[in-house]
Amino acid sequence: MTEATETTTPATALTTRLDRVGIVVAVIAVLGMDWQPFATLKPNRLISGQGLSLAASLPTLWAAIGVGVLSIATIVAVLRTGALLRLATGIASLLLLAVLIGIVPATVVPPGNAYARVSPAAGFWLMAFAFAVLTTDAVAKLRLGPLARLAMLAGAVVTVAILLGSGHWDGLSILKEYATNAQKFWREGAKHVELALGSLAAALVIGLPLGVACHRNATLRGITLPILNIIQTVPSMAMYGLMIVPLGLLAAWSPLAASLGIRGIGTAPALIALFLYSLLPVVANTVVGLGEVRRSVVEAAEGMGMTRHQRLFQVELPLALPVILTGIRIVLVQNIGLVTIAALIGGGGFGTFVFQGIGQAATDLVLLGAVPTIALAFTAAVLLDAAIELSERRRL
Amino acid sequence: MIELEHVSRRFGEQLAVDDVSLSVARGTITVIVGTSGSGKSTTLRMINRLIEPSSGTIRIDGKDTAAVPGEELRRGIGYVIQGNGLFPHWTVARNIATVPTLLGWEAGRTEKRVDELLSLFSMRSEDFAKKFPHQLSGGEQQRVGVARALAAEPGLLLMDEPFGALDPIIRAKAQEDLLAVQRRLGITVVLVTHDMEEAIHLGHKIAVMDGGKLLQYAPPAEILANPAHGFVERLVNGVDRPFRLLSLSTVATIVEPGTADGPPLAETATLRDALSELLWLKRDALPVAGPDGSLIGRVSLAALRAHAGGPA
Ligand SMILES: Nc1ncnc2c1ncn2[C@@H]1O[C@H](COP(=O)(O)OP(=O)(O)OP(=O)(O)O)[C@@H](O)[C@H]1O
Ligand SMILES: [Mg+2]
Repeated sequence: MTEATETTTPATALTTRLDRVGIVVAVIAVLGMDWQPFATLKPNRLISGQGLSLAASLPTLWAAIGVGVLSIATIVAVLRTGALLRLATGIASLLLLAVLIGIVPATVVPPGNAYARVSPAAGFWLMAFAFAVLTTDAVAKLRLGPLARLAMLAGAVVTVAILLGSGHWDGLSILKEYATNAQKFWREGAKHVELALGSLAAALVIGLPLGVACHRNATLRGITLPILNIIQTVPSMAMYGLMIVPLGLLAAWSPLAASLGIRGIGTAPALIALFLYSLLPVVANTVVGLGEVRRSVVEAAEGMGMTRHQRLFQVELPLALPVILTGIRIVLVQNIGLVTIAALIGGGGFGTFVFQGIGQAATDLVLLGAVPTIALAFTAAVLLDAAIELSERRRL
Repeated sequence: MIELEHVSRRFGEQLAVDDVSLSVARGTITVIVGTSGSGKSTTLRMINRLIEPSSGTIRIDGKDTAAVPGEELRRGIGYVIQGNGLFPHWTVARNIATVPTLLGWEAGRTEKRVDELLSLFSMRSEDFAKKFPHQLSGGEQQRVGVARALAAEPGLLLMDEPFGALDPIIRAKAQEDLLAVQRRLGITVVLVTHDMEEAIHLGHKIAVMDGGKLLQYAPPAEILANPAHGFVERLVNGVDRPFRLLSLSTVATIVEPGTADGPPLAETATLRDALSELLWLKRDALPVAGPDGSLIGRVSLAALRAHAGGPA
């Protein structure tokens, strides 16, 4: 015990009992609960509506439970509490928010009114954000292993699936948008995943061998990496624009290209642009990963009589894997986001709803495109982080 | 038997190895010693063709190595490097099994060989086989590195500063292990070091290199007693040269008839140990005991002195 701690003032004693992240969480949560509307009620999907507080959007009992539980959760967040308690509190609060928002439509929309729309409002989103931060912070503090994090991701996916399947959220505006666009939603969703994974696959097929070649040949490396760097700096809108002219010409000139569906707009330019963006992370990380393999290990492999091929596949690539996976993570998360913009040139994907929604000033349609995109990106990030960590375990 | 004939290697302008000729007898340990950059590693790596000679011929058991594909040649030669170069993503067992796997041995035979090698280096298979290199101490890693090199029963083992990263005590133990294993398997060893002490202790013959040239190639006693003028002389000249010389022979070589008082010395003790005992006990002579413990004569300070000096 030092003298300083013995003479602690009440003020410093208080701050040492508060959690830094928790203070931020609490400020955002309180802001969301008391100063921002919890839900919005609109007479129809296009007219701007009226914000409803938590109390005004729920039956008395549910409102009381909501305010009570979320207030306690805020206190748990702000105090220095155990990570496990914080995790449970974060998850419980998110779950409660998910349940509460589903109850709003039945409470505030008069029966028989088919036009009125209910959406989550700023208060809901702020609280959801605050408790998501609390949850991820607790996960980080607990230092959960990759498998535990995958299990949590699976739990979240299953929970959302149950809430969707049960029809609990069916009264919400975003699901009403879904109901009118159901077929298109899945079609565009498949297209979104196809574009993101397809461009990644193409980048791997070209980028991995190119990375290996660059690792072995300094001249090639000196040419390739700067070019890929420049490509990476072209803004996505400009890149899509650049694709239109040459591909349009190609289609006009070659009936074969045209019959394959290659046109100045549509899937082909989107795929090519995403592929070009993906190359740098794949190639650069392959080069870095291979370069980090210890010299003595490579020399031993050679000295044992491995061929170049055996050395590459049995020793160098496995040891470079974590770094290469990091590149793949960057590409996948980046592409899931960029595909959204591809909708502008007719590439399809969830972006279709976003731009259609912006055009019609229909916020809920925008959300129908944005929310699944974010969920996809988040899922991809968690999956690949776990894969990276698992592959790192056996490195010296 | 390894023969290097007028072997040279250039790197651009630089002559890293300059017209080296030497032959290594089967079943012996040859140590290549020299300062940093003298071409030791390059010479060693030309034997298994990790580096191709610019000119000259290398033969192993009469066969020109240039006639054998590099990979095939290397699979038949053990190779150990400083910092061991174990594959970090493989278990100890998988590491040791590297060459047998490359050679396509069947699983049962490989497994048996791995167990055999682990016990040769007094590592219990149950404790070590499934461990990863980062879970081992430096000394254990080094032993696994040597075990891996010996896995496919090569007749020749090349070692490039194999003990360089070890602390003095573990290093001494590793040197004893190597001597024991070499004697037991009868293999030929070519070892690179920049430590003259290590060279004298391990080598049947020592090759001293400087600036890419082979300056002297002789047994340790010869190198100590008659170093070539210049570099070799400077390398071996030092306060403890007489002690190094004494440590190369056993008491049996200078035992003389007669008796003396005091605790008997074993005839297998080195002359260095004998001198140490004599000085410590403040005596001029001590009795010597044969293998059965019976006294067979005595060893005197005068005889030791005659053995430890340079040319008069
Ligand atoms: N691949 C290479 N390319 C160019 N020069 C090389 C190469 N390998 C070795 N050399 C040069 O050849 C000379 C001899 O190198 P070598 O590795 O044989 O020395 P060494 O005696 O093993 O030294 P050390 O004790 O430092 O390991 C050095 O000057 C080195 O710079
Ligand atoms: Mg060397």
